[in-house]
Amino acid sequence: MDDSKKGVTDWAATNRRNTVRLGYWTFAWVATMAVATFGPRYVWDFASLPTMLGLLVYLGTGFGMIVANGRYLRGLDELHKKIFLDAGALTLGVGLVCGLGYELLGNVKLIAFEPEISHLVILMCLTFLAGLIVGHRKYQ
Amino acid sequence: MKNRLKVLRAEKDWTQAQLASELDVSRQTVNAIEKGKFDPSLPLAFKVARLFGMSIEDVFQDEAEH
Repeated sequence: MDDSKKGVTDWAATNRRNTVRLGYWTFAWVATMAVATFGPRYVWDFASLPTMLGLLVYLGTGFGMIVANGRYLRGLDELHKKIFLDAGALTLGVGLVCGLGYELLGNVKLIAFEPEISHLVILMCLTFLAGLIVGHRKYQ
Repeated sequence: MKNRLKVLRAEKDWTQAQLASELDVSRQTVNAIEKGKFDPSLPLAFKVARLFGMSIEDVFQDEAEH
């Protein structure tokens, strides 16, 4: 076996490339969301055309991020793919159950404030992160 | 599912990282398979068997049979 390039396998190189690509797309998505959110208010005073353009760019970049995420997932080896999908399934379940439950709390006036979508996004991010950590520890 | 991956790797004097490189998977995957925590897919099991010049049954054994 050739020992000269151990640690830099095709799998590792592909994974690194896909991770960087996903990072760029995610950064671009967050940036376009910031532009679409704050642009109308602070830059172009809610003019329709730039607002629509900002929204279209945001959606396009979001679609690019989704594609990059799919490519990242397909580039993982089978164990990491399993860990990723398990964490995704957990996040989907938690997001659905807690999201609808949270909305229900607002509808039946058990909470004094309006449910915020950002709270659900934070919960889903934390759930996914916890799922990844648990998965990696499980297969250590 | 039990397997002889660790023994076969040791016979070749390979590290987990070297075996992972040959199989084009992560070192963590090799480690999880060796410890029996993760069962590889059929294509990966074939790849392992091919690498060691054996049949799948020589490398992996169904625990229900023993």
